[in-house]
Amino acid sequence: MKIRVERDVLAEAVAWTARSIPARPGTLPQLSGILVKTGADGLTLSGFDYETSALVTVPADVADDGQVLVSGRLLADISRALPVKPVDISVDGAKLAVTCGSSRFSLQTMPVDDYPALPEMPAVAGTVDGQMFAAAVGQAVTAAGRDDMLPVLTGVKVEIEASTLSLLATDRFRLSLRELEWQPDQPDLTATALVPARVLAETARSLTAGGELSIALGSPGSGEGLIGFESTASGGNRRTTTRLIEGAFPNVRQLFPATSDITAQVDVAALIDSAKRVALVAGRNTPIRLTFTDGMVTLEAGNGEEAQASESLEATLSGGDISIGFNPTYLLDGLGAITGSHVHIAMTQPARPAAFASMSGTDASPDLDFRYLLMPLRMQG
Amino acid sequence: MSWSRRSRPRSETAAADDAGCTVVHVDMDAFYASVAIRDRPELRDAPVIVGGGHRGVVLSATYAARVYGVRSAMSMTRARRLCPQAVVIAPDFACLSAVSAAVMETFRSVTPIVEPLSMDEAFLDVSGSLRRFSSPTAIGEHLRARIADEQRITCSVGVASTPQLAKMASRQAKPDGLVVVPVTEVTAFLHPQGVEELWGVGEKTAAALHRLGLRTIADVAHTPVEVLQRAMGPRVGARLHALAWGDDDRRIVAKRGADEPEHSIGADETFGRDTDDPDVVLRELLRLSTKVAARMRAAHVSGRTITVRVRFSDFTTLTRSRTLGNFTAVTPEIYATAADLFTGLGLQRARIRLVGVRVEGLRDAVVATRQLRLDERPFGWEDAERAVDRAVHRFGRYAVRPATLLEPSVAPSGQSQAP
Repeated sequence: MKIRVERDVLAEAVAWTARSIPARPGTLPQLSGILVKTGADGLTLSGFDYETSALVTVPADVADDGQVLVSGRLLADISRALPVKPVDISVDGAKLAVTCGSSRFSLQTMPVDDYPALPEMPAVAGTVDGQMFAAAVGQAVTAAGRDDMLPVLTGVKVEIEASTLSLLATDRFRLSLRELEWQPDQPDLTATALVPARVLAETARSLTAGGELSIALGSPGSGEGLIGFESTASGGNRRTTTRLIEGAFPNVRQLFPATSDITAQVDVAALIDSAKRVALVAGRNTPIRLTFTDGMVTLEAGNGEEAQASESLEATLSGGDISIGFNPTYLLDGLGAITGSHVHIAMTQPARPAAFASMSGTDASPDLDFRYLLMPLRMQG
Repeated sequence: MSWSRRSRPRSETAAADDAGCTVVHVDMDAFYASVAIRDRPELRDAPVIVGGGHRGVVLSATYAARVYGVRSAMSMTRARRLCPQAVVIAPDFACLSAVSAAVMETFRSVTPIVEPLSMDEAFLDVSGSLRRFSSPTAIGEHLRARIADEQRITCSVGVASTPQLAKMASRQAKPDGLVVVPVTEVTAFLHPQGVEELWGVGEKTAAALHRLGLRTIADVAHTPVEVLQRAMGPRVGARLHALAWGDDDRRIVAKRGADEPEHSIGADETFGRDTDDPDVVLRELLRLSTKVAARMRAAHVSGRTITVRVRFSDFTTLTRSRTLGNFTAVTPEIYATAADLFTGLGLQRARIRLVGVRVEGLRDAVVATRQLRLDERPFGWEDAERAVDRAVHRFGRYAVRPATLLEPSVAPSGQSQAP
């Protein structure tokens, strides 16, 4: 194998591939490697941890074909540190030589035969704008669970209903729902997939460069619980697949209350700043209390006798007065996912969930593309 | 005087009308000294001072020593000068704590609403216990008899309608007595006493009242409240005036005493006969969880580490703990965890002698909050159990309990037959 590739192209491609390399490969040391392969389109790099596969193809001058498996971590560290000059890669016996300017690296290779075959990319189901999808996923994953004892809740439920794509996540304390438009290949497509939230968030973020993003779904019933994403940008073509989470995601959509007696509209940036300040004195498991009354929202928190804080903001209210306590982190997570200038908060009772939505200005109606439903903290006694 | 004072002969029948007197104040007599001499009968009538140590002050003195003018908090040098023949004993705090905790537990067997004021005194709200005992006086006598019997020390009891009156009554009852202040006799009881007897009146306040020419509680009661407020400040003035008429808005709040372990509440049960039947053990765990949860709610605490203890017939003991994500004081949550821990032991017909359930990592329920879940109902076990607590407080511990714990013999006859 003998190739020449641009330094930045290589560094970016290696870094992206290295994401799916397991940190601790355990009994399968070959999984710590990146498979470097030449082909008609240039250079192909791939990584796999049996959950997620990543495959990137970048343009390169190929003088001599071949494939080789080398330590992904070392290759990533090296390519990131190289000077900005063309990089020459060649195989010399059992070593991979990386030369760039006057820097020379020689890496031990691993036997290619032991490397598992990457899963086949499923059939493409449709396309979505990469930037928009990444932003939507970023909002949706705020409510995803992190408790590995409840694996189903560590996923984001992707629901496809013709041209509407919904992303749902919940950790039982809060629920986020993001709906967006996409372009299905078949106009009447309905499908669902439960994708690990962490992987989905990373994947969506790393695939924004290309504009169009193709989403591929393993046909249900084929036993191939797999979702694939593909994007093509100037830096080359990137494909990634992830194994779906098995199990039934709870039916949570109906948890959003149909009606709410009390609504509040608050400037979201001001509310976030206040909540961050007041939360400084909230201890573990102590709430930040929001009292909506008389055109104001008052935020209060305290940690027993030790410290207290309070702060008031203007709010546009309708319905009655209410005082409701939230976990400060959950509250800030939800507010952080609001994209408009104002947040619309719909409430019924202090022990019932509050629904957060985005608004552009106080006169606008709430934008229901993204909704965050948060259960309050209840004082005992 | 028409309030009744009864002392040593505990069998004497109550003469005073204690209707409406739901506050009981119990104060150990010369607590440190009584505990110090209870195993030393030769010191029974001798003047004994408990104290010394680093600061050299009198912690407690027997009544024989008090005759010489020895008082608590007096310097040891002065006490020795007043009573040179006194026997001085250093306090044994471990023993005192144990006696104090045992006494508080005795109080809690009468009512869950026990507010310890210090190691050796507590308020009891007995309003919910009157179906089980005939009267507050009967409760006072019951406690005096039990403490004398179990701890071999004496105490004095005040029975009245408010905490301040009960505390003043127990002071009058000392040593080893019981005083009832009937609701109709409140002013007759209060007014002749000196102002310094009022709750919260220390040397400074007493001196200030004396400067106004107010010597007795009657003087304070008959001074216009505005005058008192001008002299003592708006709050203190109003409060003194109210107290002088027997009005007291202080409420008794169940809590743990300073010397009782704050960090855990638990209960265990030794089986009448060793058992290898998991159903029997699980039922006992449910009963213990119910008990522990009720005690936690009465003490206004919730906790999140649940420990199960299992002792086998050969006395080897296992403990298993689990920490929950949330603070709880609810039977089903405690029991579910306890049962899970027990089942997790995977015992194969091991003979069990004792099981225990304990909740640790306690904190005030006022501070402890619970993150509600999207999939739970707005009013859950927490609220149901609070209702159970109120029923049990009024009608006794068998009023409401899990159906699993009902004994067939307890069910009224006829109910078990099909209609």
